[in-house]
Amino acid sequence: MSAEAHAGSHYYLPHPSHWPILGSVGLFTTAVGGALWLEDMGFGKYVLLLGLIIICVMMFGWFGTVIRESLSGTYNAQVDRSFRWGMSFFIFSEVMFFGGFFGALFFARVFVENWLAGGSNSLFTNLIIWKGYEPVWPSNGPGNLGGSFEGMTATGLAAINTLILLSSGLTVTIAHWGLKEGNRKKLCWFLLFTIILGFAFVALQGHEFLDAWYKQHLTLGTGIYGSTFFMLTGFHGLHVTIGAIMLTVILIRSLRGHFTPQHHFAFEAVSWYWHFVDVVWLGLFIFVYWL
Amino acid sequence: MNTVAVVHEYHAGHPSGLWRWITTTNHKDIGTLYLCFSLLMFFVGGAFAMLIRAELWTPGMQLMDPEFFNEMTALHGLVMIFGAIMPAFVGLANWMIPMMVGAPDMALPRMNNWSFWILPFAFILLLSTLFMPGGAAGAGWTMYPPLFLQSGVAMPFQVFAIHLMGISSVMGGINIIATILNLRAPGMSLMKMPMFVWSWLITAYLLIAVMPVLAGAVTMMLMDKYFGTSFFNAAGGGDPVLYQHVFWFFGHPEVYIMILPAFGIISEIIPTFSRKPLFGYTSMVFAIASIAFLSFIVWAHHMFTVGMPLAADLFFMFTTMLIAVPTGVKVFNWVATMWRGALSFETPMLFAVAFVFLFTIGGFSGVMLALVPADWQYHQTYFVVAHFHYVLVTGSAFAIMGAVYYWLPKWTGHMYNETLAKWHFWLSVISVNVLYFPMHFLGLAGMPRRIPDYPVQFTDLNQIVSVGGFVFGASQLLFVACIILCVRGGKKAEARAWDGAHGLEWTLPSPAPYHSFAEPPAPNLIWTHPYQGS
Repeated sequence: MSAEAHAGSHYYLPHPSHWPILGSVGLFTTAVGGALWLEDMGFGKYVLLLGLIIICVMMFGWFGTVIRESLSGTYNAQVDRSFRWGMSFFIFSEVMFFGGFFGALFFARVFVENWLAGGSNSLFTNLIIWKGYEPVWPSNGPGNLGGSFEGMTATGLAAINTLILLSSGLTVTIAHWGLKEGNRKKLCWFLLFTIILGFAFVALQGHEFLDAWYKQHLTLGTGIYGSTFFMLTGFHGLHVTIGAIMLTVILIRSLRGHFTPQHHFAFEAVSWYWHFVDVVWLGLFIFVYWL
Repeated sequence: MNTVAVVHEYHAGHPSGLWRWITTTNHKDIGTLYLCFSLLMFFVGGAFAMLIRAELWTPGMQLMDPEFFNEMTALHGLVMIFGAIMPAFVGLANWMIPMMVGAPDMALPRMNNWSFWILPFAFILLLSTLFMPGGAAGAGWTMYPPLFLQSGVAMPFQVFAIHLMGISSVMGGINIIATILNLRAPGMSLMKMPMFVWSWLITAYLLIAVMPVLAGAVTMMLMDKYFGTSFFNAAGGGDPVLYQHVFWFFGHPEVYIMILPAFGIISEIIPTFSRKPLFGYTSMVFAIASIAFLSFIVWAHHMFTVGMPLAADLFFMFTTMLIAVPTGVKVFNWVATMWRGALSFETPMLFAVAFVFLFTIGGFSGVMLALVPADWQYHQTYFVVAHFHYVLVTGSAFAIMGAVYYWLPKWTGHMYNETLAKWHFWLSVISVNVLYFPMHFLGLAGMPRRIPDYPVQFTDLNQIVSVGGFVFGASQLLFVACIILCVRGGKKAEARAWDGAHGLEWTLPSPAPYHSFAEPPAPNLIWTHPYQGS
């Protein structure tokens, strides 16, 4: 019987695989290295680096296996749907991760500032512990941690970065249209534009961080404002970097002709991820920079 | 049927020995790994509990210094929650969901392997902190700042261990959702799924929603300690209470992660041994869904004494009491299922009936704790310890034990030793009440939790509790004996090991074949209603 004709009814069951255990060893090594490094013990940095290298090797090998299987036509429509559910819920978990940090930002701005200033049932907080503290935002707290600083604005680089990231969402969609039309030239060019926009965003964000740190005296130690600003935008920047690397892999695969107009889940997964970092940025732009 | 199903089986090159277990992509192998790991952790966490009960045998300090006592309470909680209860349920999900929905395996088998194999590494990381300078972190399983920030070398190791457990759980949850949504046999619509599958679909969603939030909470703590951020430092405009909010936003759905699959199991066992369909299937599904929804808006009932505004106290009190409604629906339905049924009391049923009684006691004390003014009295006392051990031990752990006895014949192809299993049940159910019931009185009388010493008037009750604890701990060796004996031999089990059992897993031979359903089962095997058969 031909695999094509009955593709919908085949169950796909993979071979035993050694990639997961390598991944576990990599995660474990990274964790031990990271902890040793934080505690200034042993060869923390090197163990951390080794762990990250193991994880990279694992990802290379595991994704390589998946790509080879995909190209050999092993994956039917059912496997494709499993991948789609998997990726959607992975992105949902990422949304919740950012949700925790956004929650911390809202809680600090809406409640903690008010309570430190004696609001709600915290009258004595303001009378005894933090005498006469007035709520402000951006705030480095009643202890003025990190000294005076200058907050971020929505009009500077942040606005340019918003434009860049929004346009990259558009270009990746045009690339998808190209893919569905079978127009590989359009696909590759617009993917390339997306990647350039992505890395441009990361570069500008890096520039902005340096400016904040050295010129505006806004650091991780600048109270709750510095904490939430750097953690939210830092994790977002990390995700943009990962997304841009994933897009680069997709570009290489597009150039090699891995995708067909019907069968290109990897492309879609990465573009979903890219739209996700885009949407997170809109949240950041509104709540961290603007309001 | 006009489709032909073929499973690509790869018999050639299947590794054997230890390497088979390390590289396996089979849902039964991985389920077994999860269950064995969970049993091991149950005894590790149990050993910590025995040390706690030994220290509390008499007032004053005898066996350990207070720091070590704190490490024991913290690690007992973490090991039992993340090492024993959760992996046991994931193991059961791995074994049973593909069989119950008529699939050959899980949807993402390689990731399934990774979900499991992260866990042993995570627990090596966590337990290794015991041997570090300064010992493990003794800040409870909840890891509140600023106490947790004051732990020594152990802190980053514990934080990273939590991260690894989170990665494992999220991947496990993703896999379970993909399996349930995508691999159901033709004809099995959502409202024809067995209750265990329904409970896991919702649990997996909760896992994916809240484990990343816990990762965020401990990451903030790590940043506060090592990179000078001020999330939990009031001087910088942060707030230690912020940690409690973020933690319990994870923590409350987490307690339902540990009980919803138990609800699913009980909803499988009771109809089987009542020889009746489950009463109120649809209401059971909606009850689980409502409990899951409510679990996201009740978290601050863990924090009534922290000084929240009154409006917050009231809001969280009312939402919490609302949970009693869907939970009451479930308990009512289990009782109604048994009502006028042809009951028989094999060990799984005994555990299920004990669950209904004892979990309900835990539920009632939960409603008491939900009352803000009463909670101000009960908070941080042994009353709370009694409450959550009733729901987690006589609730979750009893459901897991019932599930193991219920499905062991399907897994091994042998019936377990009913006499020995009944001894295990009766010893457990008596000792567990000797262990936890007096804790209510200790708590109401004002004995605080997480304290290694106490005034002399609490001595008698503490000794009763400790005796119950030691007997309960020792009884669990019978559980291991039952499992080992059943794996090694015993009366041959039929495909339908229990005459009242319904569901696709019982249409497979016992033991079940390596790839559960090589072909999708015929639609007529799926009950129009899960428990209404011929």
